[in-house]
Amino acid sequence: MLLDADEWQALRLSLDVALWSLLWNLPVATLVAWVLARRRFPGRTVFDAFVHLPLVLPPVLTGYLLLLLFGTRGPIGGWLLRTFGVHLVFTTAGTVLAVTVMTLPLMVRAIRLTLEGIDAGLEEAARTLGAGPVDRFCTITLPLMLPGILAGAVTAFAAGLGEFGAVITFVSNIPGVTRTLPLALYTALQTPNGDATAARLAATSFVLGLGGLVLSEWLARGLRRRLGRGAA
Amino acid sequence: MLEIDVRKQRGAFALHVTFAAATPGATALFGRSGCGKTTIIHMIAGLLRPDAGCIRIDGTVLFDAARGIDVPAEQRGVGYVFQDARLFPHLSVRDNLLYGSRRARGRPPRLKFDDVVELLGIAPLLGRRPHGLSGGERQRVAIGRALLSQPRLLLLDEPMAALDEPRRAELLPYLESLRDRFSLPMVFVSHQYAEVLRLADEVVVLDRGTVAAHGDTCAMSRSPALRAIVGPESIGAVVEGTAGEVDAPTGLARIQVGAGQLLVESADLRRGQRVRIQLLARDLIIAVAPPAGLSVRNSLSGTIDGLAPDGERAWLVSTDIGGATLMVRVTDDARQALELTVGQRVWVLVKTVSLRGHVFAGANRPPR
Repeated sequence: MLLDADEWQALRLSLDVALWSLLWNLPVATLVAWVLARRRFPGRTVFDAFVHLPLVLPPVLTGYLLLLLFGTRGPIGGWLLRTFGVHLVFTTAGTVLAVTVMTLPLMVRAIRLTLEGIDAGLEEAARTLGAGPVDRFCTITLPLMLPGILAGAVTAFAAGLGEFGAVITFVSNIPGVTRTLPLALYTALQTPNGDATAARLAATSFVLGLGGLVLSEWLARGLRRRLGRGAA
Repeated sequence: MLEIDVRKQRGAFALHVTFAAATPGATALFGRSGCGKTTIIHMIAGLLRPDAGCIRIDGTVLFDAARGIDVPAEQRGVGYVFQDARLFPHLSVRDNLLYGSRRARGRPPRLKFDDVVELLGIAPLLGRRPHGLSGGERQRVAIGRALLSQPRLLLLDEPMAALDEPRRAELLPYLESLRDRFSLPMVFVSHQYAEVLRLADEVVVLDRGTVAAHGDTCAMSRSPALRAIVGPESIGAVVEGTAGEVDAPTGLARIQVGAGQLLVESADLRRGQRVRIQLLARDLIIAVAPPAGLSVRNSLSGTIDGLAPDGERAWLVSTDIGGATLMVRVTDDARQALELTVGQRVWVLVKTVSLRGHVFAGANRPPR
């Protein structure tokens, strides 16, 4: 209706990529946030900084670093190719990886913030009631982290739809494979008479981004209400 | 028997505590803030690792540094009631209560859900979330939750510290019936002397990381180590007795204490009930001849078995009244005028009205 076939394809790909990277990020970000908030170990500061690097590095640089590591001749990319035959460069899987790396710190921050608001004394209480480490994580920590996880997930998803620099550097701009919304928008802007396409894509991105933020805030508020404010 | 022998160095603070407490029974860890009370129960619970020593309960080793034994907190079966309740905010009161009982690891379910709920008066709260509860209600739910985990020992860390005076008065009877109804060993931390007097069978007085004194509550009430903590005005022997006949017209009950009898105003004492009475040293009078013509209702004859200086120009006279010991504070002037000496026959006079607020219903179990 409003979008033509190519634009639909870009939108569908963006949603696909953002969803997949979200699925990867959920367990990873939860674990990383928990480790950073609750564990003290040597090298924690370095690990913390490393996770958050994509927030401060130029996305193009992150994409380039991914290329060095996950390219077919890179240490990880080469191994993946030899062992599993997995190609990341110029593929949708590579797009997912780039978006995952870029949005991980967003989720980690949101989850960690919630986690730091949870009284560690509750986990102690669960211990004295007979709950082992996995048990108390699943029954106490995780449910209480839920608002942060949800808020982080929605933000990361919305941001994932719009990731540009790292994607175009790492996996290039291939229609139907790696050309997500922002890449399609960029391409439209570079094309003579692409103004109408650019405007439609811009509006789509705008609505998705705004919707994501509103949804995230709304979910977090609802959950906080359900869990009860403050420590008990 | 609960046996504790632990050391812990924390910066400049060195803790070395050794004591053994009878089980079942309520043991109070008593001392000023920073004396290491909470540190000790953290170590018993397994939330803090001692540097050295061992912790045993009824023959089961929970920690033994020499043998490399350190049972994880979640496997110790030690219930812990935290000062700040620590209810799980995402669970209903019922699910909070059941959290521990679902993880009781084959310990026999001695304490029944309905009994605990009834004892603590929390039946109307079961469907609610913790954040709507008052401080006292939270603490009762926290106690219930710890009880239902079927612990072999219950630890309470100043369970009333976070409560205001009315809420304390509300919670105290629950703690008393807890002690009396379930024969569960309890160790509780307190810096409130009145609380200790009402609840404890045994008192461990702590001072700067070591045990300053330890014994049953009556003996501890006469310990010189207490004075530094509770102040001179709270010094006074605690005695236990059995309530006799309550005289309806006068509203007075006769309490058998040692070889003597004390008349107390009886609010709700039943015949045969165990009673604990604190007789403040400053409120008692000593006479060297049988008194006559006084308003004082109680005159207990006994023998002086000790005299100790009590601050400047005052003395504490310890008097054995046959199976119980009282302490009377007199001025140095009075001591000299009456020529008080050890072994002397005396009469200790107790105003019945001076005992208001100092008569506690004791544990309904035979005296040890």
